[in-house]
Amino acid sequence: MHKTIEMQAAGMDYKALNDSLRAQGASEITVRGVMGQRYLGCAMQDKNLTLYGTPGNGLGQYLSGGTIEVFGSAQEATGDTMNAGEIVVHGRCGDAAGYGMRGGRILIRDDVGYRAGIHMKAYENHEPVLVIGAGAGSFLGEYLAGGLIVVLGIGLDGKYPAGFFCGTGMHGGKIILRCDRKPEGLPEQVCVHACTEVDRAEMRPHVEAYCEKFGGDPETLLGAQYFVLSPNPEKGYHRMYTSVI
Amino acid sequence: MNIREFFPLYEVARDPARCVKCKLCVRECANEVHAFNEKLGVLTADDSKCVNCQRCVAVCPTRALKIVRTDNTYKVNANWTGDAMREVYQQAQTGGVLLASMGNPQPGPIYWDKLLLNASQVTNPPIDPLREPMETRVFLGKKPGSILRGPDGKLIPNQTPQLALRKPILFSAMSYGSISYNAHAALARAAQELGIYYNTGEGGLHEDFYAYGDNTIVQVASGRFGVHTDYLSTGAAIEIKMGQGAKPGIGGHLPGIKVGPDISKTRMIPEGTDAISPAPHHDIYSIEDLRQLVFSLKEATGYRKPIIVKVAAVHNVAAIASGIARSGADIIAIDGWRGGTGAAPARIRDNVGIPIELALAAVDTRLREEGIRDEVSLIVGGSIRSSADLVKAIALGADAVYIGTAALLAMGCHLCRSCQQGKCNWGIATQRPDLVARLDPDEAARRLINLVTAWDHELQEIMGGMGINAVEALRGNRLMLRGLGLTEAELRVLGVKHAGE
Repeated sequence: MHKTIEMQAAGMDYKALNDSLRAQGASEITVRGVMGQRYLGCAMQDKNLTLYGTPGNGLGQYLSGGTIEVFGSAQEATGDTMNAGEIVVHGRCGDAAGYGMRGGRILIRDDVGYRAGIHMKAYENHEPVLVIGAGAGSFLGEYLAGGLIVVLGIGLDGKYPAGFFCGTGMHGGKIILRCDRKPEGLPEQVCVHACTEVDRAEMRPHVEAYCEKFGGDPETLLGAQYFVLSPNPEKGYHRMYTSVI
Repeated sequence: MNIREFFPLYEVARDPARCVKCKLCVRECANEVHAFNEKLGVLTADDSKCVNCQRCVAVCPTRALKIVRTDNTYKVNANWTGDAMREVYQQAQTGGVLLASMGNPQPGPIYWDKLLLNASQVTNPPIDPLREPMETRVFLGKKPGSILRGPDGKLIPNQTPQLALRKPILFSAMSYGSISYNAHAALARAAQELGIYYNTGEGGLHEDFYAYGDNTIVQVASGRFGVHTDYLSTGAAIEIKMGQGAKPGIGGHLPGIKVGPDISKTRMIPEGTDAISPAPHHDIYSIEDLRQLVFSLKEATGYRKPIIVKVAAVHNVAAIASGIARSGADIIAIDGWRGGTGAAPARIRDNVGIPIELALAAVDTRLREEGIRDEVSLIVGGSIRSSADLVKAIALGADAVYIGTAALLAMGCHLCRSCQQGKCNWGIATQRPDLVARLDPDEAARRLINLVTAWDHELQEIMGGMGINAVEALRGNRLMLRGLGLTEAELRVLGVKHAGE
């Protein structure tokens, strides 16, 4: 049913707000005055939420479809274990955004905190995508097993846009970082190469989607210098063991 | 220095007078120990490949085979044992972390064996379970502390979701990947028939087994394998795995070679790549964070499912359990030092954690002291080997037990502790289709049902002997236990008196 409703979240606790969201027959729901309520859109399958304010931890956790657009910043664990759908944040996200995500897309206009995109994975036709407009904190894409993380480094003047331990234990997927110089000192599980046309083509639709949501010129962004992090097959953990007899 | 490969630990002894050269052993051994030399017309054996899984012994139609421990030894040394020396050689050769399977096989105290049970004599008559009703059903979950009534005097239901078990036994978490499709099928069928539960482990739930959802506990671990909304809503309960007794403090690693199309789809991970469960949940750094995951799962399933939090038995497990009980979890599962595994670093398995008996007693005592014992139920595992262990666990304070190794044994496992190699000749810890086909799920399910039914009968017999007719009255009833040969400290932690006291 295509029906739009508006609600006011101020003063409601998270359970009351989520119960009320789940009870709505409408497919388009706008919530104003969001003040840190947790688990908004948790396990949602088919609705489109527009949120004004600051959603709390676990926004769109286990999301299985539909969209969530936040006019404001989001707190921790946004899109944790997300399966499908889209989350758009007109602001920044806290830690562990996109943790264990295996489908759908998250577009974040500004920065993310620590451990973004950690343990993302792909399978069959599921390819999760995390696009970060500015910079990312440490541990970005650790244990990455699939999917695509793009860090656009907007406003960072070509400086390395991630923190320490980027891609530790990575064994699948791809991280594309915008920076002028090849990143150094990365963990040994990571290989780095300059962005190829194939890589650029892969990120193009997502950069275009980013610009459509937040403004900016996709061609200018795509024309910048990028480096691509991929797993180093020589340094996987399989070589670590010997069996007890 | 060139140290030759180790002298084989086990030797294949073939009785030529009995062997009819049917070559069944050659076909059955996935380790390729047996071979037939066409030229000489004789069966040969490469002892160095033998893991002593007893498959050839069991299938040999003429009982011509046995596997014997070699009598070759290094110079006998009580400190530098043969195993200790061999492991040094092996690591010097490979530079690898020693990887092992199943529970810790080292000697060490097994407190179950040092606890004795009570029985009624004269003053409090025993009960005959063949004649009188005996209740072994249990309900797992938070128990309401008060009865609520509305203004009209009618009851307001305030019961949170519960797991109902016809017998106080559940099959422990073993993932599809670590064990085979047929093994999972057997566990699911047996759990349904028995009115108990099996546990997916961190391997997702195969689409064929959604039909058994009412008897399935679905696990959410740090890798989030196979976790999605249908999975969460299909299970009867959700278990958050924080730790495992065989490898407290570390994660898991399913090698890419075992991740075929079916495993890939079920775990929702790329085919052929390693499945790595990180050591921590990257969104949990505190009890408050744990609470967040607990409630996100409750939100995702409409507060209809009990949430279990599973931890390894470690030194401060009582304080940890107290935190978990306050996190909103409904059930705490504790996995002991001897708990099994499909693969774990041997040094961690054998040296990290504490025995489940001590952990259970400490947790139950702590929760009671803090007045929050009814906020959660307790499940313990690692390792429960018999109904006697089960009874003792309940008397120490458990609501129910997890059995893993015992269930595998029921299906045919012979504890060769080579699961990590993926060549299980019994069709259990393997993904090789020809080996998996050896395990008949119906037959395995029947054996699981037999085992649990037999233990339940024994539980009833033992309870009857004590003059107790309901598991509820046995739970935490430590007066039914006495220690034998235990120190003051051990008795204090266990909260039991010494035999004769």
